[in-house]
Amino acid sequence: MYGADVEQIAIELNEDPQKLADFEARIARGEKIEPGDWMPTEYRRQLIRMISQHAHSEVVGMLPEGAWITRAPSLRRKLILIAKVQDEAGHGQYLYHAAETLGATREEMLDALLSGKAKYSSIFNYHTTTWADNGAIGWLVDGAAILNQTMLARCSYGPYSRAMVRICMEENFHRKQGQEMIILYSQGTPTQRAMVQDAITRWWWPTLMMFGPHDADSPNSALLIRWGIKTRTNDQLRQEFVNQLAPDLQACGIQIPDPELRYDEASGNWLFGAIDWDEFWRVIKGDGPANAERMAARRQAHEDGRWVREALSAYAAKSQVQL
Amino acid sequence: MLDHKALARYLIALADDELILGHRNSEWTGHAPILEEDIAFANLALDEIGHSRLWYELAADLLGEDRARFPDRQVFLRPAEEFRNLQLVELPRGDWAFSMLRQYLFDVFEQHRLAGLSESTQASLAEVAARIRTEEIYHLRHTRAWVTRLGLGTEESNRRMQAALDALWPYARGLGGALPGEAGLPAGVVPDSAALYEAWLAEVSAFLAEAGLTIQPGSPDLQSPISRADHSSDFAALIEEMQSVARLDPEATW
Repeated sequence: MYGADVEQIAIELNEDPQKLADFEARIARGEKIEPGDWMPTEYRRQLIRMISQHAHSEVVGMLPEGAWITRAPSLRRKLILIAKVQDEAGHGQYLYHAAETLGATREEMLDALLSGKAKYSSIFNYHTTTWADNGAIGWLVDGAAILNQTMLARCSYGPYSRAMVRICMEENFHRKQGQEMIILYSQGTPTQRAMVQDAITRWWWPTLMMFGPHDADSPNSALLIRWGIKTRTNDQLRQEFVNQLAPDLQACGIQIPDPELRYDEASGNWLFGAIDWDEFWRVIKGDGPANAERMAARRQAHEDGRWVREALSAYAAKSQVQL
Repeated sequence: MLDHKALARYLIALADDELILGHRNSEWTGHAPILEEDIAFANLALDEIGHSRLWYELAADLLGEDRARFPDRQVFLRPAEEFRNLQLVELPRGDWAFSMLRQYLFDVFEQHRLAGLSESTQASLAEVAARIRTEEIYHLRHTRAWVTRLGLGTEESNRRMQAALDALWPYARGLGGALPGEAGLPAGVVPDSAALYEAWLAEVSAFLAEAGLTIQPGSPDLQSPISRADHSSDFAALIEEMQSVARLDPEATW
């Protein structure tokens, strides 16, 4: 349907054909769409869905690594980890603001998260079971996120694009600290080498799943690409990730847990085995290893903070009366 | 003649305070009442832990130790009973009122101490103190804003703050105790802790009253504060957790 011409799409989406044509022409010229501009309802809806999911991923994403702040094994690692988790809170904050420019409120978005209605990245529903998982998250998970976010930095919606530019700069530091940790430990003591191998073994496949379903099973992709929200497909990004990571991990002497992984001269790609999509859908639908724990932690923080938020509102109201 | 070992003991106690307070604060990261505080309170934790490193490094210089390795050895390989932090900073984080009020009480004392240390006759000490002080000004601004809002916000927030004050007060008295090594240092190197305590008490008493909080007349105002060598029942678990990864392989570079 979305390879079709603009009149047909206007009918499908119940939009004014001329406005839609003008909107698509702006995107074709590479202009950014800004908050007050006309946009199709579906464009707004898809962006709120994506940006709020992205914000939720940052907020829930604080938990797996945050759990290791008190156990980080050197002062340097501890300071890096706190700063990294703090950055994730900051990214959540910019992204909620970006979604607010489209008319969503933070309260609505948080309600959607806490009620289980909104999704967040499936990767955060896995446990961090050893310290080296923090390195794997940095190099693999943040590395994967950067590929997606670098694409989104060029997206057609101005506030999302600008948030992504800033987030990508910080994510690059996150990736580098993870990479540095994995490389160091892969050449370290037997304990460290075993820890790193175990971490990569567990995080490899879940990271490949982060890019989402195969293009054929990704219902939103065509329209998102047409409107310049996405410029590359899930499978293209996933392949680029494997091409980057496979040789680097192997150079560290780390085994990638995929017997079918091999370099293909003809295509220049690293070919990989089949992804366990049953696991992917199980985790997305709420039945991953840590879904219940992550949501419980978010709800607990929200409930424990209720009296604090009420106090802030009450104080602000009293201060206004005095003015 | 300056007793380097005495000054190092003093600095390690200061570093231990910063480290352990930062550790407790860092437990809030990802669990704060609003997203903005996941950012701000994590920053306080970062600053405190960063300051602890500066003090450990200065102690290393005084002891002729390697400043690149000494801080991590102190933090990750020292037995719990050798830490010299106050019990005030090691108490479990409690609710938001408890953590925020503790941070405020500590910050006010620290401002007074840093003002004194930044005029130390020991130049390297004065320099580090001046550097830390610039960051601590922001901590105090932040915690004062919170104490006011929670003290005057709702009935519940006031009740929680009062409960936190009642619980913290006997431990806060420990701030006024002499630090290890303090007695052996010549005048002008470090400020007198008892004098700092008087300035702290006057400042926090007035400010807490403005925030609708009462220092209970029955609160113990101990003649001899809790010793820094004594730790609460939760402390061993804190240290065990903090050191758990580093001790998997103490010789490794982490």
